[in-house]
Amino acid sequence: MPNPSAPRNNGSQQEPEVRKHNFDEVARTFTKQEALAEAERCLHCKNARCQANCPVGVQIPAFIALLREGKVGQAAGKIMETSLLPAICGRVCPQEKHCEGNCVLKEKFGAVNIGMLERYTADTARKEGLLQPPQTAPKTGKKVICIGSGPSSIAAAAELARAGHEVTVLEALHAFGGVLRYGIPSFRLPREVIDREIETIKSMGVKFVPDVLVGATYTLKELLAQYDAVYVGSGAGLPTLTGIKGENAVGVYSANEFLTRVNLMQAYKFPQTDTPVKIGKRVIVLGAGNSAMDAARCAMRLGPDAVTIAYRRSAAEMPARAAEVEHAKEEGVAFEFLLTPKEVLTDDAGHVTGLKFTRNELGDPDEKGRRRPVEIAGSEFVMPADTIIVAIGQRPNPIITKTTPELKTTSRGVLELDEQGKTSLAGVYAGGDIIRGGATVLLAMKDGIEAAKRINSYLEGK
Amino acid sequence: MQENTILSCESLNSAVVKFVIYKPAIARAAKAGQFVILRGREGGERVPVTLVDWDSEKGMITLIIQAIGKSTSMFNNLQAGECFLNIAGPLGTPVEIKKYGTVAVVGGGVGIAEVYPIARALKEAGNKVIAVLGARNKELLILENEMTKVCDETLCATDDGSYGLKGMVTDAITQLHARGEKIDAGFIIGPIPMMKFTSRLMDKLGITPYASLNPIMLDGTGMCGCCRVSVEGKVRFACVDGPMFPSSTIDFDELIRRTSEYKAQEAEILAQYKKDHICKCGLH
Repeated sequence: MPNPSAPRNNGSQQEPEVRKHNFDEVARTFTKQEALAEAERCLHCKNARCQANCPVGVQIPAFIALLREGKVGQAAGKIMETSLLPAICGRVCPQEKHCEGNCVLKEKFGAVNIGMLERYTADTARKEGLLQPPQTAPKTGKKVICIGSGPSSIAAAAELARAGHEVTVLEALHAFGGVLRYGIPSFRLPREVIDREIETIKSMGVKFVPDVLVGATYTLKELLAQYDAVYVGSGAGLPTLTGIKGENAVGVYSANEFLTRVNLMQAYKFPQTDTPVKIGKRVIVLGAGNSAMDAARCAMRLGPDAVTIAYRRSAAEMPARAAEVEHAKEEGVAFEFLLTPKEVLTDDAGHVTGLKFTRNELGDPDEKGRRRPVEIAGSEFVMPADTIIVAIGQRPNPIITKTTPELKTTSRGVLELDEQGKTSLAGVYAGGDIIRGGATVLLAMKDGIEAAKRINSYLEGK
Repeated sequence: MQENTILSCESLNSAVVKFVIYKPAIARAAKAGQFVILRGREGGERVPVTLVDWDSEKGMITLIIQAIGKSTSMFNNLQAGECFLNIAGPLGTPVEIKKYGTVAVVGGGVGIAEVYPIARALKEAGNKVIAVLGARNKELLILENEMTKVCDETLCATDDGSYGLKGMVTDAITQLHARGEKIDAGFIIGPIPMMKFTSRLMDKLGITPYASLNPIMLDGTGMCGCCRVSVEGKVRFACVDGPMFPSSTIDFDELIRRTSEYKAQEAEILAQYKKDHICKCGLH
C-alpha cells in the first residue's frame, strides 16, 4: 500500500563545513531502504501530473512502481525509454518546476522526491550491471552529424542512433559533455557520471570526435554535403558581460571563464593540472541563476574569506534551482539583493579593489512577469572585492551562424526555427541554448529528442 | 596515420622548435593569421599557437613553438613519431588578404614565424612586401631565408648589433621611411611592447598598423571571454574577432596587465617541471 503521509525524504548531504573545502558530490545517493520508502509514498496517479509536466515525458509512476518491486534494471529501462541521461537528470533538473512541482502530495506531505529516485535508479542499475543500452533499429544507411556534445546534442544523437542512423558527434573542446563538463561543477555532477552516460551513447554506436569547431574546421555546408542531416546543438557559448567601466580589470572573470577553469581544466587541482585560477579574499558574483550559484560555490571551495552574490532583483525572482540557492547559503555564500553594478574600481596596477553599486526597488513587471528593478537615486555605495565573477547570462556562440549566412537568427543571435522546428536551411535542425539563448539541461534535452524525431521523419522521406 | 602525429621536428635555436604535424582537417581549412589550440597531456593547458604553414594535399601543418612556460617546454621535448594530445583549429579570423600597395611585415623573435604566412599571402596578392625582422641577437633571429624568398626586401635588426642593424624594428622602419619608402600598411607580431611602439610609430608615419594579439586564452572559441581586449574602446575577443586587429586604438597597457595575471603560477609550474624533467637532448 502506498504510504503518502510519510514525510518526504530530502536526502542527505555532505555537511556544509566539510563540503565547502572539497569538490566531491554534495548530495548522497539514497540507500536502498531510503529509495524503497520514498517509492512507497508515490500514489501512482492515473493522470500523473508529474509525468505530464516532465519536458521529456519520463514515465514516472511506472518507473517508481518497478523500483518498489525491486526491479531496478527495469525501472532504469523504463526511464530510458524517453530519456537516456537519467543519472544526469536526477541530479541537475529543476524538479520543483516540473515533476515534483506538480506532485499531488506537494502541498500536504511534500512531493515525492522524484529526482533522488531517478538518480538512485540510474546509479544502482549501473553499479549492479543491470543497465542495458537501448536497442537500436536496423541500420538505415543514413548519416547524421550532431554539433556539440552538450545535453541537447547527445540527447538527439541517442535518439537518432536508436532509429538506426549512423551518428557522429562533433565537439569543439577536448572533452565531451558541453556545459555539463565546463559549466556544472563536479560537486553537483561528478565527472564519472558524465563519462558513463556518454559511454552508454557510444555503446549505441555513436561516434564522438573532439577538437572540431564547426564554422572553422568544417563549415556547416561542407558537412551538409557529406551527411544526410545535421543537428545544431552548439549551445550558448558566448558570455554576457555588464559593459560597465573597469570590467577588463585583472580579477574580473566571466562565469564561463571561471567555471571553465575550475570544471573543464580542473584548476582547483593546480599545480597537478597546468591551468591556474586565482581567487581573492573577497569575491562578488553578479547574477542569481544556476551559473551564478555554481560560480559562487566553486569560489567558496577555493578558500576566500567571503563570497557574496549580488542580484539586481529580489530573492523571489532568482532564476536558480531552489536546491542550489539553499546549498549555497548553507556553505556560507552571502546574498545581497536589489543591487545594480555600476563600476569596477581598481588600484594603480589595474587589479580589482571593489565594485560600485546603486540600490534598486522593484517596479512594474517585465514581459516575463518578473518585477523590474528601478534604481534609487543617490544610493551609490562601494563593496570591496578582489575577485568579481560576472554570471548574468549567456548567448548563443555565433561561429556557426556567422559562417552560414543562410541560417536565420534573431537580433540576439538565437537561431530561428519554423513551425516544423526546422532552420531555414534544408536538412538542418537545431535545439538547446542555440535556439533558447540560455536555458536548462532539461529543456536542451527535450529539444534534442524532439528534433531527432523530426530528423527521423525527414530522413524517412529522403 | 594517426592524427596529431609529429612528422618532423627541428630546433631553430636553443628555445624554438619547428614541428610538422599530420592534421588533415586543419591543413585543408587553414588561412594566414589563424591559430590552433594544443594540449600535450591529460591535465594540460590549452595553448594557442599560430599556424606557420600548411599543406592541404599532404594533410600537414607547421607550427613553430618557443619554450616559455611549462607547457611549451613540454611540447618542445616531443620527438618525431610522438603525438600532441589535442589540436583544435583553425581558430580566429584570417587576416584580410588584399592589395594594400606596399606593406611592412614586422616580426619580433618567434613572431617572425607567426608573421611569415601573412607575408607570403600578401605577396601572392600582389603587394610589395618588406619584411622587418627583429631579435635580441643573431642566434634568436629565425626564418630569414624563408622570409627573403617571399618578400621583396628583408631588413634585420638585433638589439646587440650581432646581425643587421643594431637596434629595434622601429629603427629599421624609421630608416625605410627616411629613404622615402611609402608604406601603406603594417602587420606586426611580436612581444606586446614591440607591437605597441611599432604601432605608435606607424601611426606617426602615416602607415595603417595591424597587430596580432596574444592574450591568455582558454577555449579559443569565443566561449569564455578570457582573451578580451579593448580596440577602438570596444571589448573584442582576440580568439574569434582577432587575433589581428587595427592597432592604432588597442589598449596595449591593459593587455600587458591581463597577460601578467598568472605570472607567479606559471613560474611555479615551470620551475617544478625543470626540476622533475631530465632533458632528452643532454644539453641542459
